This record gives sequence, structure tokens and C-alpha cells, in this order.
Amino acid sequence: MTALLEVQGISKRFGGLLAVGDVSFNLMEGEILGLIGPNGAGKTTLFNLVNGVYKSDTGSIIFSSKNITRSSPDQVVHLGLARTHQIVRPLNGMSVLENVTVGACFGREYQSRRTARITALEVLERVGLASRANSPASSLTLAGKKRLEVARALAARPKLLLLDEVLAGLNPTEIAQMIDLVRSIRDSGVSVFMIEHVMQAIMNLSDRIVVLNLGRKIAEAPPREVVQNPDVIVAYLGSPDILDKLRGSA
Amino acid sequence: MSGIFASMIDGLLIGSVYGLAAMGLSLIWGVMDVINLTHGAMIALGMFGMYLLFNATAINAYLLLAPMIAGGLILGVIIYWLAVNWVVDRPILMSLLSTFAVNMMVIGIGTAIWSTSPYNVDFSVPGITVGEYTFTGNHMFAALSAVLIALLLEMFLRRTRTGKAIRAVADNRDAAELMGISSTRVLMVAFAIGIALAVASGALVSTLFPFTILSGAGYQLKSFVVTVLAGLGKPFGALVAGVLLGLLEGAVSPFIAISWIPLIEFGLFVLVLIVFPRGIFSRATA
Amino acid sequence: MILRRPLLWLILLLAALFAWLPLHGNNVSLREDLILVALAIILTSNLNLMIGYTGYVNFGHIVFYGLGGYVGVYLMTVRGWHLVPSAVTAGFAVSLMALLFGLGILRLRGAYFALATIGVLVAVQSFVSNFEPWGRSTGMYVSFESYAPLGGPRHALWTTYFLIVAVMALSLILSLGIKASKFGLGLFAIREDEDAAIVLGVNATIYKAIIYSVSAFLPAVAGTLMFFKNGTIDPSIAFEFMLSLEGIVMLMLGGQGTVAGSALGGGLYERLRSYLLTSPRLSEFHLVIAGALLLLVIRLAPGGLIGWLYRLVPRSREVIE
Ligand SMILES: Nc1ncnc2c1ncn2[C@@H]1O[C@H](COP(=O)(O)OP(=O)(O)OP(=O)(O)O)[C@@H](O)[C@H]1O
Ligand SMILES: [Mg+2]
Repeated sequence: MTALLEVQGISKRFGGLLAVGDVSFNLMEGEILGLIGPNGAGKTTLFNLVNGVYKSDTGSIIFSSKNITRSSPDQVVHLGLARTHQIVRPLNGMSVLENVTVGACFGREYQSRRTARITALEVLERVGLASRANSPASSLTLAGKKRLEVARALAARPKLLLLDEVLAGLNPTEIAQMIDLVRSIRDSGVSVFMIEHVMQAIMNLSDRIVVLNLGRKIAEAPPREVVQNPDVIVAYLGSPDILDKLRGSA
Repeated sequence: MSGIFASMIDGLLIGSVYGLAAMGLSLIWGVMDVINLTHGAMIALGMFGMYLLFNATAINAYLLLAPMIAGGLILGVIIYWLAVNWVVDRPILMSLLSTFAVNMMVIGIGTAIWSTSPYNVDFSVPGITVGEYTFTGNHMFAALSAVLIALLLEMFLRRTRTGKAIRAVADNRDAAELMGISSTRVLMVAFAIGIALAVASGALVSTLFPFTILSGAGYQLKSFVVTVLAGLGKPFGALVAGVLLGLLEGAVSPFIAISWIPLIEFGLFVLVLIVFPRGIFSRATA
Repeated sequence: MILRRPLLWLILLLAALFAWLPLHGNNVSLREDLILVALAIILTSNLNLMIGYTGYVNFGHIVFYGLGGYVGVYLMTVRGWHLVPSAVTAGFAVSLMALLFGLGILRLRGAYFALATIGVLVAVQSFVSNFEPWGRSTGMYVSFESYAPLGGPRHALWTTYFLIVAVMALSLILSLGIKASKFGLGLFAIREDEDAAIVLGVNATIYKAIIYSVSAFLPAVAGTLMFFKNGTIDPSIAFEFMLSLEGIVMLMLGGQGTVAGSALGGGLYERLRSYLLTSPRLSEFHLVIAGALLLLVIRLAPGGLIGWLYRLVPRSREVIE
């Protein structure tokens, strides 16, 4: 297996706060890599560093053999790295279909508007939003907006998909559907890097898990080992119920 | 050399009036995230208000500042309910356009009444001569009044309940509402004060230079420059930045034609926005 | 395909009507009325590319028109160029300048950008008022010889009129074309949420600079044509702030973001203004009325007339874009 994403010693400081400190890891082609950690651990910031929203203060990021350390988010998408937002950001004044068309138009294949429309319809079918294609994006429910985030990112035809808490706020049925969707995405050959607080889901989905705490990587291992890791247990000690969940689901 | 010195002193004095105007803009901008495009028109109204009031009463123009400020507060409340209350929290385009619409109406009415020809307030305080330079009395009194009003505002914001509420709302409106502060009332008061400051600065300018109903626009531009120099929502910083701008104008005006000054101010404005997006007084973060 | 869109044919029909109506019966006063309407539509529809399509408020849009006028009049009068190459050159020159300005000020977002555009207007006006080759604050006159190649002044005025009508049609077709294009989709994404658009792959910096520059081209061409027709140009008429702002009123009135809205708003407002300006009682109050109108529109119908029509007749969306 070859590494699709190689992250080497990246950091981000906000004033006095070290949001991400000297984090390194690899993501293999075809794998689902989980990213967990307590609130404010720096997970979203790590995503923002990887896709170029923030520039890392140190280290390097190699994606698909290209150095993207200083690349902007739009350049990163063209190389095949797409993401979703934890706090959904639909383009509200546009229809669901148009939202996804934007993803396809400006994604890795830089499709023409006409091809992008076809791609978008396919993707909407796949994420179960086809019936809402012509509704305004603002009219979707939260679950719908999360699907829309995934659909837009998928429409970019990425090699690697970054999912930031796509399960948060969904009901059990919706969670089950989303999990199936993530699996099918991986099965279609797209690697996945996902942040999740819903422990059962991430434990079941991930091939390996990276754990962040206070900006530092404290573990990187398959799910079964992560829950045994003393550092991880200490990091989560503040919330024993999470500890139980960790144990229970692995 | 004494020429540039004199010109810088003048600049310094006028700069405090720029600062006063900018305080009004900065307060409104900082508290409610509304860019008040009625600002220039309010400055112009201050000029003409002073003109009318002075001609009617013929008492010391600087004493007339008090009724001018009171009038400004009332005007501010009216404009708040007419054009501002319903655009707070709407996209920035909406608040720009609605305040701008009021600006057009005020300028339109003003032009109909006074045309665009120049007026002046015929009042002067004797100056003081030091060596070869005379400090004009009006410049000194205007600067003094501006600083005094600024100090009063600062005290109001720090000491009184309403003042503290304004600062709380500026800081975090949601949190302030949770604490039981009625943000609508606070926003209205802040807006009214902002307008009153613009009116007061216009009144002060009218004792220094001739003016037309369109003169406010130039001062509005200066206020924008000063506000971004100081950083948003820092009214007292705006006063300091205003003085700096005045000094700068004073320093360059002996050497270049006055018509170049807007170009320089604009250059400064964009430069500051790009280099110090949070104002020169905020320490760099991130 | 653009050829299949009903609005394209409506635009061509409108242009044909504009050309034919005054010509028929040699009606010069109708021509003078219509040239102002055409100019309003040109300015509004190009302004719409920034405000309506991209979500960036340009308060200083008139700069492009004024500078275009200056470059064109300069080329004709001092360099002795023909009208059409002067106008086209002015278009390119001003677009290039806008591109450079844009790369600077488009780093600013939202309100900051809007304020910077006021600054651009003031700065350019201040520059031109001090620029010796362009006659400083007194401006320039179009030399009488410039009218000769077009068959003398009378003929030249008609030619200019047809050219303005053509520029009007081009402006609307440009808006229509951009709206349907991938470029337009990127702009709309920027309008809705610039950061999200960037994460989706839109190169916002380049897109914004390009549209700012594109929105300068036809107004600059129109500037050359209009000031050639007027015979004189000076900084206060070339960079009239009020005209810039009235452009925004027109756009909001018609409906920002729509092609038909910019035409409708431009046309209606211009007629209203002409009516007010010529009426003895109301002429002094035209700004007041414009301001009140703007306030009413954004308060009661933020989508403008077209937005209102969409709500009334939802299917109209497919015809009117
Ligand atoms: N733009 C920013 N400026 C300043 N501080 C920031 C910024 N973004 C994040 N932070 C801070 O950095 C830390 C990490 O934030 P981040 O959003 O990455 O956490 P997270 O692990 O995603 O948390 P959550 O599980 O709540 O989503 C937090 O303390 C946060 O307040
Ligand atoms: Mg997060």
C-alpha cells in the first residue's frame, strides 16, 4: 500500500493557543482513517491545514506525491482532495442541484457546466437527494444539508475525501444511512479521512484512528488498540461515558 | 521650516475634529456592524444646523454645540427606526443601501433648500500669536471641544449603565442578550450617539471653513480612513488616528496641491486595510 | 445553447426597437431620451455583474465610464483617432486598469470592498483633476475635426446613437452569457459564500478580478461614445458620484442578479428621473424621491420588480433570467 497523504510535523498557532502542534501521520490509499479527540482538540484545524484553508506554521503536507503545504483550497481540490464542513455551508441562494454542480465544475476534473450537471444528478441520486434537486439549498433539513456537503465534495471526483462530523445532529436512521454512504464511497475507490464524535460509528468504519488531544497526536492505531491506549483513556477521562462508549464499541 | 510646523499644528487641531467624526462612524460600525452611509450627510447637517442656530441666536458658536448634540441624538433615533433597525443582521448590502438611501434623501432636501453654494458661520475667537505664528482661536476651540466631547463619550461608555451595556453588546450581542440587555434599545442609543458625534463634528467644521451641502462627503471619506486606521469599535483610538491623519495632511499640504489629498488618503486607506486589517492599534495575532 | 434562450431574442428585439423608433420620422428628441435609457441599461447591467452576480458592492462603478470617456476623447482629440477604435481602446485600457485595481482592492471583503470602491472613485477623480494632458479640472473638448470622418456632427450623432444601442445589447447579452456559463456559476458561488466557494475549488481571487475588469469594459466604451456625443468632458461630470449611486438604485429596483431586472430597473428609473428633472416642481427633489424609492424597494421587495414577478408567477423564471 502506498501513502496517499503524508503529513509531516505540521502546526498551527492562534495567538497564544497551539491548536495543532507537530502532528505527523500517513493516510494509505483506499483506507478510512478516523480522527478523534475531545472538543477543541484541533481536529477541524487539522483539516483546515490539510486542505489549505490555513497555512501550516511548520512541516509539510504531501498529497498524491505533490507538495501541497502552501497550496490554497481551490488548488487542493483540483488535485483531488475534497472536504465537507462541520458547520454546514450550503450556498443558500442556489438550488441543491446547482450547489452540487459547483462541486463538479470546479473539482478535480474541472468539468464543463453541462457535464457537471450530469455528474451532479448522479451524485444526488447516490446520496439520496435526487428528489430535492430543484429545491433551494436553504430549504433542506440539517440531515439534508450534511448530505449536500458530502454530495458537493463527491462531485469533485476526489481521490481523498475529508469528512468533518457528518453524523453529528443526525437521528439513528440517518446515521445508519450515512454510514452506508461512507462505506460505499470507500468501496468506489475513494480514500476517506473522517472526524467523528459518534464513537460506535468511527470505531466500526475506520481502518485506523488518529487521536488528537490539545493539538498533539497522542495515538495512531487500529480502533481496537486505540481504546486500550492509556494516553487516550486519560485524555477522555474527563468524560467517563465516552470512555465506556469507546470500550463498548470496539 | 516654520511653514511646515505651522501647517502641522493646524493639521493636529483639525485632526481632532476628524477624529470626533470618525468616532461616530466607528461606534456604530463596531456596535452593530452597520456601515453608516448617512455619516457624510449628518456632518453636512451639523454644518447647516450650526449655521441656522448661530444666525438665529448669535451666541458663542461653541456653546451651541450642546443643542446641536441634542438635536443629533433625536435625529439619530429617527433614522434608526426609519432605516437601520430592520437591517441589523441582514446582509451588509442591505444596511449599506438603506443608510445610503437616507443619505440621498437628506442631501436631496438639503440641496433643494440651500443649493450647492458655499455658506459660512461668521464667528471667530481671537487667536494667540507665538513668535511669527498665530494660532487661530477657532482652530483651538474646535480641537478643544472635540477632545472634550470625546472624553465625555469615553466616560459615558465606561461609567454609566447604558455605556457598559453598549460595550457589552459590541463585544458579543448574543451573550449580552442572555444577560438581559435589550439589544434593540442599546443599538438605538449607540446609533443616536454616533449620529450626534457626526453632527457635532460638522458643527465644529462649520466654524473653520466655508461649506456646502456636499462637503460632508469629504469628511466621510476621512472618517472611513480614520476608522480603519484605528480598528473597528475603538472610538477613542479613532480620535488618536484622526489627529494622526490631520498631522499627516498638515505635513504634506505645504508641498502638494490640496486636490491630491483624497488620492493620498485613499491610498492610505487601502494600504492599511490590506496590511493591518484590524487597525494599527491592535497587536498582531495569529 | 444561448440561441435557444427567449431572453436573447427579447434583447435583440429591444435593440431593434431602440434603433428603429427614433429613426422612423427622424425624431431627435426621442433619440435623446432613448440614449439615456440605453446608457442607464449599460451601466446597470454591468454593475449587476459585480453586485448581483458576485455579491460585491461597487459604489464607484461610474469610474469606468468616466475614465473610458477620458481615454476615448483624448485619443480622438489629441491623437486624431477615429471614434470606434478610440472607444474600443478605451474599453481595453480601462479594463486593464480595473484588473490592476481589482487585484489590490478585491482582497477586501464585504463592506471593506464597498468602501474601497468609494475611495477608487475619489482617488481617480482627484488624479484626473490634476492630470495635465487631460486638461486638469477644466477637462477637454472634442475637436470639431473628430466629427468629420463620421460625415459631420449631425450624422455623427446618429452613428453614436446606434453604437450606444449596440453596446446596450452587448451588455445584456454579456450578462446572459455569463449567467449560463461555468464562470457565472463560480461567481454565484462566491456571492453566496466566498470561503465555501474556494473550498469547492473556485479561484475566487482570479474570478473576482476578472469580473471586475469585465464589468469595466462596456461602460468604458459607452463613456467614449457619450462624451464624444456631448462634445466635452471634465472631472465633475465624468465621475459624478450620484450617477454611480443611482446605478445601484436602478439595479435594486429592477432586481439584482437578473438580466431582465437590470434592464427594467435601468429603463424605468431613467424615465422617472427624466420626468422628475424636467418637471418644474419636482426637479429639486429627484434625489429625495430616488432615496425614498430605494428604501421602499429594499424594505418591501428586496428582489426588486423581477423578484416580485417571480413570486407572482413562478414559471416566469424560465423565460426571464
Ligand atoms: N480561527 C481561529 N482563531 C482562533 N482560534 C481558533 C480558530 N479556529 C480554532 N481555534 C481554536 O483552536 C482550538 C481547536 O479548534 P478546532 O475547531 O480545531 O477543534 P475541534 O477538535 O474541531 O473541536 P470540535 O470537536 O468541537 O469540533 C480551539 O480551542 C479553538 O477555539
Ligand atoms: Mg471541529
